Amino acid sequence: MDFSELFKLSGLLGRFSPDGKCLASCVQHRLVVRDASSLQILQLYTCLDQIQYIEWSSDSLFILCAMYKRGIVQVWSLEQPDWHCKIDEGSAGLVASCWSPDGRHILNTTEFHLRITVWSLCTKSVSYIKYPKACQQGVAFTKDGRYMAVAERRDCKDFISIFVCNNWQLLRHFDTETQDLFGIEWAPNGCVLAAWDTCLEYKVLLYSLDGRLLSSYRAYEWPLGVKSIAWSPSSQFLAIGSFDEKVRILNHVTWKKITELDHPATIASKKTIVYKEVEKSPTVGTERLSFPPTRALASSLFSTQSKYEISQVPVSLQYIKPVADRANPKVGVGMLAFSADNCFLATKNDNIPSAVWIWDIRKLKLSVVLEQLCTIQCFQWDPCQSRLAVCTGSSRVYLWSPAGCVVVQVPGEGDFQIMSLSWHSSGNSMVLLSKDHFCVCYLEREKV
Amino acid sequence: MGDWKTITVPVLSSDSKNILSYTSERKRSPTSMNSQVLRLSLPSCKNMHSFFSAFCTEENLDQSIAYIDRELTTLGFPSIYAESKGKEINLVSVINCMNELLVLQHKNLRAQEEVEMQHLKLGSDMDHLQNCYAKLKEQLELSKREIVGLQERDRQLQSKNRNLHQLLKNEKDEVQKLQNIISSRATQYNHDMKRKEREYNKLKERLHQLVMNKKDKKLAMEVLNYVGRADGKRGAWRTDKTEARNEEEMYKVLLSDYEQRQKQLLLANAELKKVLQQMKKDIISLLPPQKQKPKERCEDGVVLSDQEEDIGELNKENMWEMSCETVREQLTNSIRKQWRMLKNHVEKLDNQVSRGHSGALNEKDVISREDHELETERLESEIQQCKEMIKTQQQLLQQQLTCDDDTTLLLQDCYLLEERERLEEEWRLFREQKKNFEKERKSFTEAAIRLGLERKAFEEDRGTWLKQQFLSMTGDCKSEIVTTPSAFLKSKYLVQIMLLHNSDPDIRSVRSASRQRKPPSVSSPAVSPEPCLISQYITQNSVASEKPAAENMPYLWVESDKEETE
Repeated sequence: MDFSELFKLSGLLGRFSPDGKCLASCVQHRLVVRDASSLQILQLYTCLDQIQYIEWSSDSLFILCAMYKRGIVQVWSLEQPDWHCKIDEGSAGLVASCWSPDGRHILNTTEFHLRITVWSLCTKSVSYIKYPKACQQGVAFTKDGRYMAVAERRDCKDFISIFVCNNWQLLRHFDTETQDLFGIEWAPNGCVLAAWDTCLEYKVLLYSLDGRLLSSYRAYEWPLGVKSIAWSPSSQFLAIGSFDEKVRILNHVTWKKITELDHPATIASKKTIVYKEVEKSPTVGTERLSFPPTRALASSLFSTQSKYEISQVPVSLQYIKPVADRANPKVGVGMLAFSADNCFLATKNDNIPSAVWIWDIRKLKLSVVLEQLCTIQCFQWDPCQSRLAVCTGSSRVYLWSPAGCVVVQVPGEGDFQIMSLSWHSSGNSMVLLSKDHFCVCYLEREKV
Repeated sequence: MGDWKTITVPVLSSDSKNILSYTSERKRSPTSMNSQVLRLSLPSCKNMHSFFSAFCTEENLDQSIAYIDRELTTLGFPSIYAESKGKEINLVSVINCMNELLVLQHKNLRAQEEVEMQHLKLGSDMDHLQNCYAKLKEQLELSKREIVGLQERDRQLQSKNRNLHQLLKNEKDEVQKLQNIISSRATQYNHDMKRKEREYNKLKERLHQLVMNKKDKKLAMEVLNYVGRADGKRGAWRTDKTEARNEEEMYKVLLSDYEQRQKQLLLANAELKKVLQQMKKDIISLLPPQKQKPKERCEDGVVLSDQEEDIGELNKENMWEMSCETVREQLTNSIRKQWRMLKNHVEKLDNQVSRGHSGALNEKDVISREDHELETERLESEIQQCKEMIKTQQQLLQQQLTCDDDTTLLLQDCYLLEERERLEEEWRLFREQKKNFEKERKSFTEAAIRLGLERKAFEEDRGTWLKQQFLSMTGDCKSEIVTTPSAFLKSKYLVQIMLLHNSDPDIRSVRSASRQRKPPSVSSPAVSPEPCLISQYITQNSVASEKPAAENMPYLWVESDKEETE
């Protein structure tokens, strides 16, 4: 594994382009586009204000930079660096901005979710979507980019509108039986839309593309409900993580629960492997992972080494009981992700914040638990194989694959607290983001 | 003692009545007498002396004797008087009587002892029973007390249980109440939320209006130049057609997705059907065949016959392709039936194994553990033997491959000898067979020759007969002309002569010479000169002898190859 040097970053905005050739990062109001493999600066753009959000267009030709404070979105072209585009929402304000799947329209959500404006880069036309819902995931595009579902709320009732992205024509408009729609997500096959209610109500609704209600799932009535949802890449399974520390998996044939995955504090099953991160006392001069020795001395003084050890089952994990009278408690399954080959599901129970649970989907059993020293910040599956990268806010990146797991210390002086990471589309490298810096990690194909 | 005294008084008075009353008294109270005797078990000598002397004194001797006599006679003893009325005492009878009385006394004492023993026993039994009774009474008391205690406890526990039930009910009620409270609060919150939301919407509307009114003069979007569409096409107007097309496309997408899923499900179904078929076959093969298990047959006879029918029907390939409800039901039912039968069978086997271990074997095809063990031992020994055999064979093979040249040559020579001997044997056999074949052939050909000659002779006969007829018809009857029957005889003679001559070595040599000249196609050229030679010899010779047909005769009728073999 090779690591690049640390570069400046602000706002955790470091993204690979969809075609994998470039890497865009922001430093305050500057947008820096680098080559993905050599990290040479290809382009440098300056925006009018501090950039809060960047997004690549789907064909990797344009990048939008949103500045919420000023209500401005600036779009830059990679082909023609002279080309510029500025969208000013004016007094309407801006809270969110995103590309359409064809890469030629920008959807801006104005302040107070008054409306969503669809700006076109090809024509002079502007479309408005009224009454968008102010929720976590109000706009969802299908994977093939044909349809867009928007959550709306009129007269204290929730609706979902489905638009054809080609010409922004309304295809379907139907109401949902939710109290307060919290989010919508398309299945990867683009035919089923999952909509779930606020955490006060456990309700997951499944709609077909043509607006028919296929099924409604409710696990229990009163306690807090759905916290996170994830579709499996084959659209066969829908994993619902809830506040009762369980993940329920529905199957796409009957939309009924096929299993409940529990996250107890004690793991007793003999078939589960528990990797525990333990600190190694820092030693100077021993073997390191492929970086020059001079740095080793420096880093060894400042950071503690750690490694994975296999704990003997039964293992009891560190369980945190949150304060009871706060809203949005840190309870329940907050992170869910399926691996790209549909074999594994990684979850995080917020009650046990320093553990990643990896479930084998083929057997529907707990396969591995990674117990870290610090709270898990982010994990992401490799887009090509079943390999999971985890970061916990330390300067180490953790990789797990069915062959084993490894702790890799990012070389560098000073603190590099990795808060987020993002894989390259080829699965050969990933960008590690901290508050002020980022670093690209190159993985060799054979290892791990 | 007192009784005796009272008794002795009437005796001294020597009054018959008193004596009678005395005797009756005596009879009335034998037990008291006995008790008196018991009490007087060990009388002292002196007492006895005085006691005995009290009854009989010098004065009343006769009376006492008479009394004694009367008593004895009444008791059935013979009289102690010498004669019937005399006063002479028969000492012998007296002694006898005394003896008898002593014996009687002994008997009585013994009986008394026995009775005393029994009395003691009964007394002890009685004591024992009384003790038992007392103990049981105590126990009963204890148990009664225990029962009371337990009842008390039971009552307490029941009351506790009732309390707990009550608590549980209370808790449940509370839970229900809390749930109701929650739901009511939730509705209240929802209502409030809705109200606030409406207010918020109103604010949003107002804000929206203000924002829209306060539009900036400049365009909200500034672009250097418009970019082409990603797919290169031009934008289209929104019309009904586009709407329809959108709908169409959407349905297409949905349909393709469903089709894909259906395909997958079909594949999965086909796989599962295959698996079921396999399972069914396996189950059928595992189940015991009907003939060996008559017992099972009578139990599930009906079911098994159904199973056979099912097998017949459902194992056809086309049935597996059909997916209609009834076929599927039948299939699953049949598999379930078979699986159940298999389960029963396995359970029976288990039972039999456990029963067989104890030794109770009812069925002839179940072997006990000992038999099984014996069998396994035998098999193991067989395996051992086979292994040893294999080892020795391997060794021999090894030897053969790795032994020195001399031994190999020797071995090879031995093998060669063996082979040669075998070959010689075979050659001998072959030659024998050949000879046999030849003989057979000869006889066959002989027969054929005879047949041919006879035919020829017949033909000649016919010819001569016709000639004769012709001649007879012309009128002259020559003595040389022979009548039909004798013509045959003559022809036979002729044939014989021919045969005879043919067997001559001269003929043979001539023939062979001619044959050698032209080996392949002997038959045709040889035919022509031969008959002439034959006829010549016939005319010359007249010797007739019986000889077996020559071997070489059949050349006229038989193929050439046989001649060549000669």
